[in-house]
Amino acid sequence: MTRIEELVKEQADKHGRQRTSLMPILQAVVGSEHYLSEDALVAIARELDLSSADVFGTATFYTFLDTVPRGKYVIRVCKTITCHMKGKDEVIGALEDMLKVKLGGTTTDGKFSLLQANCLGWCHKGPVMLVNDEVYPEISAEKAVEIIGGYLKKG
Amino acid sequence: MSKYKVNLKINNIAVSVDEGTTILEAARQLNFTIPTLCQHDDLCVAGNCRVCVVEQKGARLLPASCATPVSEGMEIQTNSLKVRQARKHIVELLLAEHNADCTKCFKSGYCELQDISNDYRIGDHIFLDLVKEKDKERDISSPSIEKDDSKCIRCQRCVRTCDSMQYVSALAVTHKGNNMRISTFMDKPMNDVVCTNCGQCINRCPTAALTERNYIDEVFDVIYDPNKFVVVQTAPATRVAIGEEFGMEPGSRVTGKMVAALRRLGFDKVLDTDFTADLTIMEEGTELLTRLKEALVDGKEVALPMLTSCSPGWIKFQEHMYPDLLDNLSTCKSPQQMFGPLAKTYYAEKINKNPADMVVVSIMPCTAKKFEAERPEMRGSGYKDVDYVLTTRELGRMIHQAGIEFEKLEDEKYDSILGESTGAAVIFGSTGGVMEAALRTAYEIVTGKEVPFTNINIKPVRGMEGVKEASVKIKDAKPEWSFLEGVDVNVAIAHGLVNAKILMDKIKSGEANYHFIEIMACPGGCIGGGGQPMPTNMEIRKKRAAGIYEEDEAMVLRKSHENAEVTEIYKSFLHEPLGHKSHDLLHTHYTPRKRQ
Repeated sequence: MTRIEELVKEQADKHGRQRTSLMPILQAVVGSEHYLSEDALVAIARELDLSSADVFGTATFYTFLDTVPRGKYVIRVCKTITCHMKGKDEVIGALEDMLKVKLGGTTTDGKFSLLQANCLGWCHKGPVMLVNDEVYPEISAEKAVEIIGGYLKKG
Repeated sequence: MSKYKVNLKINNIAVSVDEGTTILEAARQLNFTIPTLCQHDDLCVAGNCRVCVVEQKGARLLPASCATPVSEGMEIQTNSLKVRQARKHIVELLLAEHNADCTKCFKSGYCELQDISNDYRIGDHIFLDLVKEKDKERDISSPSIEKDDSKCIRCQRCVRTCDSMQYVSALAVTHKGNNMRISTFMDKPMNDVVCTNCGQCINRCPTAALTERNYIDEVFDVIYDPNKFVVVQTAPATRVAIGEEFGMEPGSRVTGKMVAALRRLGFDKVLDTDFTADLTIMEEGTELLTRLKEALVDGKEVALPMLTSCSPGWIKFQEHMYPDLLDNLSTCKSPQQMFGPLAKTYYAEKINKNPADMVVVSIMPCTAKKFEAERPEMRGSGYKDVDYVLTTRELGRMIHQAGIEFEKLEDEKYDSILGESTGAAVIFGSTGGVMEAALRTAYEIVTGKEVPFTNINIKPVRGMEGVKEASVKIKDAKPEWSFLEGVDVNVAIAHGLVNAKILMDKIKSGEANYHFIEIMACPGGCIGGGGQPMPTNMEIRKKRAAGIYEEDEAMVLRKSHENAEVTEIYKSFLHEPLGHKSHDLLHTHYTPRKRQ
């Protein structure tokens, strides 16, 4: 059994092997691996006796269930209209400069991925940024750099 | 269970229908056709294409008639101005994402989207053309199935087919929003995923997003090559379906016309897969009896129940899903693949042809046969045993192209040799047929008497039930088969892979006490094959099966072991079933495959 198969089995023991168990297992694997690799998707399909295409279909429907490798910290800047008007482009530009990575990319050390997100529901406090599950409202370019600086130090 | 009746009006005509009936079905009862694309009689309701919208009095929105059950007092208009306008817009929207290259499209004339567009004279392109942005390369990785996303309207018939009928789910709805598409695991090419090539998705695709890989031009090329000697073999199920390509009723028996058409197309010899179906019975029947003897007399560890191996879709399904039970599969090649090597050895010798100059073409109700012919192990003759496999539909297309008036053809007979067959062979085309043919012969080998069923029609193995079981008691066994005396031979039959799974899980859990199991990948068996004319549904499958059994009853000989050409080939070439030559030419092995 590979490490990923063990992880999937452990999660299936916890969440069950019903079709309805698929979402929490997908989320758990993303939580620990930062993305769903081909091997992980196959392992989940086998553990739940589903078709791998079915599991892939579910995973690709959800933006937060990544099927390409992501960094330890996934930064998502809201791209919708209010945050846009409040200067999300400057935030993204500053983070690109700081992390030396293009929007959509992952730093070479595998620590940060810089992405955009659809509306995060914080229009009244835009621009808003998400780092993994942490929300950072009313940021500016400087503030964003400071926050990510904190994650950098955290390692 | 009696159902409540619901009263409603459709186009001002009162009708009373069972509770739970959809508006679409109620309208059909009144002979109103509402156009549909995602709806299919074999599949669950999806309600996503929206072309079946109707107007309901008092409702603000137009409900999809396929997905809306009737209710008391409902008043429905199926063709009001509002409906017509909406329907036209809906089709226009579908066309905005559809690569409408109709003049060169393989499905032209058979395309349901084209039909609706034609009916409503749609094509003003009032919406932005999105095809260019979405046009992906066609996936022609599989020898059986071609997938063209630029034709896909995302009705999801294929997804529902692959899941609910075949338990494969090679295709799924993936990604979302404007990127949503019907795709495979990790968007891999069709040939690299768990797909049985059964083609049931093709049979239900309303457009040309899924079609068979077609080899019509390649076959015409070899027909017109003076250096090639081209023989054609025809599967049992094609002869009761090809008529549909020419507007005839499903189940019309047109064997003689088909033979005549093949000759007019220019095939050098027109031969019959039914011959090798009879041969399959000799080999497979003997294999079953040998396995039973080894198990019951010699006390050997033998893989039982034995599973039939005629259906290449089923074979690949088992290789992926139940690789640990591959020993249970009969080692017999399918009739198509028995025909190929015999044509290029035995037959080539008889007619004094160099097998290198021979081309074997098969006409099959099947798309998985295209993949089967490509298997590396299918080269028993030293050449590629079967060169090209065409579906019933492709043959229909060839006959149309050649300008042959099929309906008016006089019946002709197959060439000899490799053209003779019995009723037992033709029933291979329907679910339960291989079982029935095998029992007719095996029972007679063991007891010297005919199977104890009226007119040797083994009714319990026939019909459209997904899983069938039967039991035949052996009485008065000959001395050499005395160990079978009084034994109830238990058999089971499944068609459609979702039903195959039921039987396989029973074997796996050890609760099955069968000796012999017939499995066909497609619903109804080969008559419902993925290469058969469209549309297909339960009613059509039943008609084709009826045609098969009529064909059987009309034959003089109805038991495989009575086929004189079969007797002859054993006498002069193969010597005995499961013999050395048979082993080399007629038997095969299987490959465990991953289930990704």
